[in-house]
Amino acid sequence: MRVIATLLQITSGSVTVFDYELPKEAGEVRRIISYLPEEAGAYKNLTGKDYLNFIAKFFGEGEKFQDMVQKGLEIANLGDRINDKVDTYSKGMTRRLLVGRALMVNPRLAILDEPTSGLDVVNAQEVRRIINSAAGAGTAVLLSSHNMLEVELLCHRIALINDGKIVASGTAAELKKEYDAGNIEEAFVKAIK
Amino acid sequence: MIGNIVKKEFKELFTIATLIPIVVIAVVFGLVGQTIGNIGETMEEKPVIGIVDMDDGDFSDIAMSVLIETAEVIYDGSDAEEGLEEVREGNGVALLVIPESFSQSIYANQAGEIEIYWIMRGAGMMDSISSGALEGLIQAVNQGISSELIQQDSSSDPALVLNPTKRIDTTFFKGKEIKGLSPSALGNMLMSQSIVIPIVIMMLIIMAGSSVISSMGMEKENKTLETLLTMPVRRSHVVIGKMVGSALVGMIMAAIYMIGFSRYMNSFQISDINLADFGLAMGMQDYLLVGISLFTALLAGLSLCIVLGTFAKDYRSAQALIFPITALAMISVFITMFKDFDTIPAALKVLVFAIPFSHPMMAIRALMLDNYSLVIGGIAYTAVFTVIMVAVAVRIFNSDRLLTGSVRKRVGLGKLGWGFRR
Repeated sequence: MRVIATLLQITSGSVTVFDYELPKEAGEVRRIISYLPEEAGAYKNLTGKDYLNFIAKFFGEGEKFQDMVQKGLEIANLGDRINDKVDTYSKGMTRRLLVGRALMVNPRLAILDEPTSGLDVVNAQEVRRIINSAAGAGTAVLLSSHNMLEVELLCHRIALINDGKIVASGTAAELKKEYDAGNIEEAFVKAIK
Repeated sequence: MIGNIVKKEFKELFTIATLIPIVVIAVVFGLVGQTIGNIGETMEEKPVIGIVDMDDGDFSDIAMSVLIETAEVIYDGSDAEEGLEEVREGNGVALLVIPESFSQSIYANQAGEIEIYWIMRGAGMMDSISSGALEGLIQAVNQGISSELIQQDSSSDPALVLNPTKRIDTTFFKGKEIKGLSPSALGNMLMSQSIVIPIVIMMLIIMAGSSVISSMGMEKENKTLETLLTMPVRRSHVVIGKMVGSALVGMIMAAIYMIGFSRYMNSFQISDINLADFGLAMGMQDYLLVGISLFTALLAGLSLCIVLGTFAKDYRSAQALIFPITALAMISVFITMFKDFDTIPAALKVLVFAIPFSHPMMAIRALMLDNYSLVIGGIAYTAVFTVIMVAVAVRIFNSDRLLTGSVRKRVGLGKLGWGFRR
């Protein structure tokens, strides 16, 4: 995921994101993607709103910029706390802010690494709802998770990876059928045996 | 139990990464100290002088006997030009000329004049040790003549007995002939004019450098760096943005510091000598060069800091990385304060020139003495240094090093599920 997000060099093979080849066209790729790392944080001395402003300025100006920030505010849904410093946020609030940051820029591809990791049930459900909504609006979402039930719940196509290699891929129904499993977690365990 | 905790703390704090900068700086300081030399030894050495005695009277004989006993006289003749040349070639401090009327003037209740032609080689604190020693010998000459006057005639003018000689100083320094100033007076004056800049530079580099290195440490600790690097912005802009932002913070912090420091320095201001009277005043273009030198040194320092900052793992490790920058700045301050660039050994010259912060520290003194090549050469060097460091920083930002700590580390995905949602 960090390779696709233009962070790491390609050691073998090739990567193309919407016809843009990496690393040659990394600049173009960065304009159409949005990456949310598993352990991402936000600048602690900025308020939530200042943070969204900071990110939105990389992607647009004027009305486009305003629309992005507005969308970020809606997704984060932090109420008046958006004007407080990030330093004062709980883990769930910070994650919602970061999900808002990642999706407000209307990326063609959102790369989300463990988007609900460490969140309580309510916040995790809210984040999943936001991801579903973004996908429904036309954003391609590449999501990685160790939570197979979450993968099954959210994803149209699934690739099971073991030791850096894809061991199986398909829709949830196809994988369950192939491995005669009740859910994707079970399919994964059977696939790597 | 306590031993267990002590062992853990020691292991955590005493690492190779924290040890190497300290060892390197200790070695550099040791070498600097050894190369500059021992102040005590220099002070014990007899000053090397030349004497032209054109008087050959009672009092000039006293002066001669005192000087021959306490100084190393390498010229004792009657030709001032020749004597000056010998002193210059013999690495001497000064040529003393005792005029014909010396003893006669003192007998006539007037101070006898001693013309001193100083050969000044550097304007650092340690460069004036030999001339300071000679000034002490002149005092000894005074005492010898005073004691003779008291023995000969108790009715002499007390003011004359206390100060029977009068010095007429002429200092030759880097191609300039400065009349009316001894090396120590000239050195003090140059020091008072140029001491603020090194302190400003040191504070600016430490404050701004600390900001940029800490910023890199905090980006990693707060997990914001990965997000920043996926923004649609050139890596060179990220590097330059960090440098300029840190420079602004550093300048504000250094300005606040300097307000207090300048008030502190004003309390020591004793020199009311007008530099223009000695052909040492600086013009607009000189101040412009000092400004450019200061600016390029700041950029060079920050570009070095940003490269160092890429090694920071978190805020705490960033603090340790500031230490080499602080030490380099301090080395520059101390060397330029104690010695003149022209009088330090070649190895130290290379070190001082290589540290970009040294150049604005030396600029004012060099410009006062019309040494434009050192200042312009310094600006060119710091500019090239900055470009190289920014290029290195951009290269690191473009590599895996920032995120993985290694360029060649393989990408491992482990066990996980990837899904596409569209």
